[in-house]
Amino acid sequence: MSTARDMSEQRTFLIDLTKCTGCRGCQVACKQWNQMEAEKTTFFKGQGYQNPAALSEHTLTAIQFRDYFHEGKNEFAFYKAMCMHCNDPACVSVCPVSAFIKTPEGPVIYDAKRCIGCRFCMIACPFGIPRYQWSKALPLVVKCTGCYSRIKEGLIPACAKACPTAITYGGRQEMINEANRRLTVRPGKYMNRIYGLEEAGGTSVLYLSAVPFDELGFRNVTRRPLPSRTWAALRFVPAAFITMGGSLAFISWLTHRKEKIRREKEMNEAEKTSHKEDRP
Amino acid sequence: MTAMKRVVLEIQGYHLFLRILIALVGAGFCAAIGRFAFGLGATTNLNDTYPWGLWISFDVVTSVPLAAGAFVLGAIVHCFHIKKLEPLVRPAIVTGFLGYSLVCIGLLLDLGQPQRGWHVFAYPNLHSPMFEVALCVMSYTTVALLEFLAPVCEKFGFHLPLRVLRTLELPLIVLGAAIATLHQSTIGTFFLIAVDKLHNLWYNPILPLLFWISAVFTGMCIIIIEAVMVHRYLKQPDETELLATLTRIIPWFLGIYLALKIFALFYLSERPLFDRPVLTALFAIEMVAGIIIPFIMFLQKRIRTDGVMQLRAAGLVVMFGLVLNRFNVSMFGMIQKNQQIYYPSLVESVVTIGIIAAHILFFALIARYFPIFEHHPEGVDYTIPDRFRRIKKSFA
Repeated sequence: MSTARDMSEQRTFLIDLTKCTGCRGCQVACKQWNQMEAEKTTFFKGQGYQNPAALSEHTLTAIQFRDYFHEGKNEFAFYKAMCMHCNDPACVSVCPVSAFIKTPEGPVIYDAKRCIGCRFCMIACPFGIPRYQWSKALPLVVKCTGCYSRIKEGLIPACAKACPTAITYGGRQEMINEANRRLTVRPGKYMNRIYGLEEAGGTSVLYLSAVPFDELGFRNVTRRPLPSRTWAALRFVPAAFITMGGSLAFISWLTHRKEKIRREKEMNEAEKTSHKEDRP
Repeated sequence: MTAMKRVVLEIQGYHLFLRILIALVGAGFCAAIGRFAFGLGATTNLNDTYPWGLWISFDVVTSVPLAAGAFVLGAIVHCFHIKKLEPLVRPAIVTGFLGYSLVCIGLLLDLGQPQRGWHVFAYPNLHSPMFEVALCVMSYTTVALLEFLAPVCEKFGFHLPLRVLRTLELPLIVLGAAIATLHQSTIGTFFLIAVDKLHNLWYNPILPLLFWISAVFTGMCIIIIEAVMVHRYLKQPDETELLATLTRIIPWFLGIYLALKIFALFYLSERPLFDRPVLTALFAIEMVAGIIIPFIMFLQKRIRTDGVMQLRAAGLVVMFGLVLNRFNVSMFGMIQKNQQIYYPSLVESVVTIGIIAAHILFFALIARYFPIFEHHPEGVDYTIPDRFRRIKKSFA
């Protein structure tokens, strides 16, 4: 799976959570651009200020809030949850009908016309991003497309466009350099980590944060690209088929030949004895 | 008398148990219609946290190894030429064919867009374990259907197709065993993508191999259960002696499985292993009850050759262990700390019960109307290979 593609030009979000004000302009812009249905929500139903409670079939990006206790004080923090657009995406590798495509520009897009609705992508995604249309009789998967239609027209994604402070958008290497620059210039302000630099083999969404990422609710994700895990087993499939089929065919040939020889011998012996008896 | 009336009369003649099964299948059918009428979200307890539930865990991940008897026995009898076990082959093929057909039905219910199933051929993705399993299950169901057609042709006296099928018998068995090897193991590959989700007790790179080995010994145990049930309830001869051949093979596979599992646990798995008490308990039950106890039981000749003990070891213990193992991998082991707990909804349960009932019902009906027990084709040599005499001696 993982052919060493050059990822440095992949379109990438750099989301600086120290600059995010939690205004949710990205949420609104996303809904508008993608023409997503409205959701009936209740304020303070989820974690703190979070609304709606989670990503869903109608919500592709949302500001996730988290209340926590820090040095005896109540604190809260938030981050923008969205598809990470992995360099080597698990969803692309597991989909039986190739409904997910990692585009050369960077975004991982989804072809609803192909999807058979098996939900393997939801099991596979290390970030838990794909959602399902549970309300429908014949449901499909729903997921952020990185505004691929806008990118092809030379625009930047709707959420990045709407964001007044936190999102920078550009080539992956450029964004990594920018993130590193911020980390060196203001070391006291940030946790010394770029989330997404190596997670799941690297993603096209990079986060900077002032609080530890696991406290924010980010998942601890393996560094190794996920598709390599299944491919390590799947690549043996042709060999297993040939070995199993071949050896069973060979064994059957052997056993049947043995049987035939035994029968011929018996017949020969029977003939001999009958000849003997024939003699006077 | 109209045909309808005849069918009703025929059904009235069935044993009460069969009529209960018919009712359960009917209920499952209605529930399945409900799933399409109201949607997956309304009828099941699935959600974005649990995209896969009972239908995948039982109807696919567990049912496939439970239907492994056909390919295992086919290979033993036809490839290794242990013709003595021939009488067990046809019932095993019927079980396999029914099992896979019902797996297909379960999968179609679970898919969001079942009418697009053919997309697997149109837009193949060679890197997807699901693609591989879909292809294998479809082709294996076809192979099992062809194998099953033999008694059907005998029943209706179709001589020409029968002759073709008999020529194809061995190639089909070899093909079936090769295909089954692939998908039995690839169902394990499904969960290799669930890094950081499936607990370390079960997540290891040789999971596909473990799935295949456990499918092989479970397949043999299913044949034992089926033969004993058929003897008890369908008035067929007692096959304890034949089954003793299988019970001699089973401990080898149990032993290899146990050794590989321990190796995987200590050398291939990541840490921590025993940080979740509930999962540790489930793992211990699975290993002790499902593998170690039957391994010790099948090592003893007294148990291997005793009809009742064969059933207990094979049925109650190995099957229980297998079912628990597949649920541990596909459901319990995937639950994260502090995550809400999934339990199947009424519709999900009724459908799954209906599928299990359908399996037993169709087996009983096929046994009633088709010659699956009186299988004595001309020209088959029933002479016993030398190595079986040793077992015979042990009976004396």
